[in-house]
Order: sequence, then C-alpha cells, then structure tokens
Amino acid sequence: MYAFEIDRPASLADAVTALGAEEAQALGGGQTLIPALKQRLASPARLVALSGVAEIKGICTADDGALSIGGGTTHADVAAGAGAYPALAALAGNIGDPAVRNRGTIGGSLANNDPSACYPAAVLGSGATVVTTNRQIAADDFFEGMFTTTLEDGEIITEVRFPVPEVASYQKFEQPASRFALVGVFVAKYADGVRVAVTGASEGGVFRWSEAEAALSRSFTPGALEGLSLSGDDMISDLHGTGAYRAHLVGVMARRAVAAAR
Amino acid sequence: MPEVSMTVNGKPAKGQIEGRTLLVDFLRDTLNLTGTHVGCDTSQCGACVVHVDGRAVKACTMFAAEAEGAEIKTIEGMAEPDGTLHPIQAAFREHHGLQCGFCTPGMVMSAAALLAENPTPTEAEVRDYLEGNICRCTGYHNIVKAILAASGQDVSRIAAE
Repeated sequence: MYAFEIDRPASLADAVTALGAEEAQALGGGQTLIPALKQRLASPARLVALSGVAEIKGICTADDGALSIGGGTTHADVAAGAGAYPALAALAGNIGDPAVRNRGTIGGSLANNDPSACYPAAVLGSGATVVTTNRQIAADDFFEGMFTTTLEDGEIITEVRFPVPEVASYQKFEQPASRFALVGVFVAKYADGVRVAVTGASEGGVFRWSEAEAALSRSFTPGALEGLSLSGDDMISDLHGTGAYRAHLVGVMARRAVAAAR
Repeated sequence: MPEVSMTVNGKPAKGQIEGRTLLVDFLRDTLNLTGTHVGCDTSQCGACVVHVDGRAVKACTMFAAEAEGAEIKTIEGMAEPDGTLHPIQAAFREHHGLQCGFCTPGMVMSAAALLAENPTPTEAEVRDYLEGNICRCTGYHNIVKAILAASGQDVSRIAAE
C-alpha cells in the first residue's frame, strides 16, 4: 500500500467536511477497498473511514412501509435485522464469509458497484431509492456501468430505501474462490409488476432483464421464462465462464428465483 | 504519526501507527501478539481472524486506526491465565483439529464467534461458518468435529478421518 492519512469522523457532517480534502476517498467496511489498496489499484492521499458514523447505521421501517437501511450497516446486521424483507436478509447473509459480513457495508458495496456484487441486484430489483448526503437517487438512475455510479465526489450513501415486495428471491451461482456471483438474479413481485435484476453477467454491470419482467408480470411462474434467452455477446467472459455460459445461467437462476420466491 | 488505543485481551494497548497500518500488523509488530497469523493477506484464508467488539473480523482487512476504542480479542486471550486451554482449544487438541497449526488461531476465533451466536450448530452450519477459513492440512473433518465437541454435542459416532 502507498501511504495515506486516515480520518475517522464521528458524525456525518464531519465526514462530509473531511471528504472535501484533496484526493480524499470514503472507506466503508473496506472489504473491497483495502485489498485494492494493497494491490496499488487505488492511491488516495486520505481515507475517511465511515465506521465511526453511528447515524448511518441501522434498519427501520419507514412510514410508507419501505425498509430503510443505513448506508453504514454491515451485511451481518442486514442479514439479522431485515426480517421484514426476507429475500434481502438472505442475500446479505450469503455475501462473502462471516468475517467479511461483519465489516462490509451496503453503502460501500453500492458505491463500488462491482459487476459481480450481490447488493446492486437487490437495489435494482427492488426499485430501491439510494439516499445520499445530497439527494435521493432512484435505483434505475444510480448504476452507470462496471464500478461506476452517479455518485459525485464526496457524496456519501446515508440510507437505502427498499419497497417491500409481495414475494422475492435472490439466487446466486457462486464463484467458489471469490464467493462473488458468477451470475446472480434477483426477482421481486410487486402489486404493479415484477422486477428482475441480474448481476455478475454483463460487461455493463447490473441490469434489468425487461423481457423476463414482462413475462413474469403476466404469469409469475418459472414456466413463463421458457423460451426467453439473452445474448452472450455483451456478457463477461473469463476463465470462470464464457459469455454464452453466463447468458444461459441467467435464465436458469431466474427460473430458480421465481420458484423460490416467498 | 497518530496514536491508537484499544483494549486487547482485556488490557489497554496503544501505539504509534501509520494510516495504512493494518490491525494485524499492529497486533503482531507493535504488541508482539504473533499468535494471529497472516496467511494470504488478501482476506481469503482467515488465519488472521480476531474478535473486534465481539465479532469475527479479518485483521488483515481492517486498519488499526479503525480499532480506536475497540475491544479486541486474539488467540492469546482464549486460554485462562494459568494456561488452561479454552474449551474450543482443548477440543482441537483432543480431536486432532490441527496438523501444522498455521490456520488454527483463525479457526478457533471463528469457532468461538460461531458458538457465541449459535451454541449448538449442526455440522452443516459449522462448515458454512468456516467458509472464510482455509486449512491446507486437515481436510476440515477434525476441525468440524472439534467444534461440534466444543459445543457439547456428542461426536463419538463421527468417524475419525
């Protein structure tokens, strides 16, 4: 690692101020950023650790029934505390391993937008709202492509609001070495339609599979997806699987998610 | 250089650190608590697992500065002061839960975190919880057996592997 200064503010206001410094970067749980720093893939002059900011941790149900999760809430706390949205709690409880879940945060995962991370699928698949220190961002406007979001410099994710669906499920085909999704599909059925979000597959990062959404909105059964397929052309192709393999897996995992949804 | 202070195995500890100082390096190099091992340094192997405020954490993937004010427990804090092994350590010895021993500190700390939240886990739950702890010697069977035994469950019918 290159040398850097580290701040650990105790309030959101102090964190925003600290992030105003030149070449400052926010540090969530560090489960992705610290390995990246070790590989010298990132070289900030200053890290602003958000782990001391209590006001962005915790889970509650908002007046409109949405489940609100603080941006600094760990995966382990979401797994234990998001019982009102079982598919989301299950997703959080299957990220990485227990020690990683005790540090990694939902805000950190979303800001990083790894193309194989689990949380982006839940946020996009739920049509959640990402609340930051500056504004509210709809999930459909938040993800901009691999490792890219619409977050601006110094903007901190304070909260994510998930509308709770009638039924939902996330099915991950795990890459066993990294425990990231080789392909993961999040399916959520709301009164006004079904949303399907896919992670791990596309070169463009998480995306909605609109054909599947239309088919499932007509009939919420695994069979409704028979005959639908995606092209492997824009899919990630690496030593773990070709683009065509990932495209095929999306269909398989989507059908499993519909069958498992509750 | 900034100073950090925390409680390690019940005793106050402090020292000078750089921003980039990892918790595991502070424990090993500043406090000379070398029981916590660095296996991979990439958050995969779990040899560096310690407890931070009661939770299992990979000490190679947390900065020492973030442990300011925290309660840390390492493998050195598991046995009694008179040397009596912690029940999990005793079970590892009894059931041959280690060969070279390199992964053992992390295995024991992960096992302790598991049993704190789930006092009588199933074999599948033990294996699932150890997903982030890699052992290259034992094939895990005796580690799992030791943890089940430490939880007070009957392991007499589990064959030695």
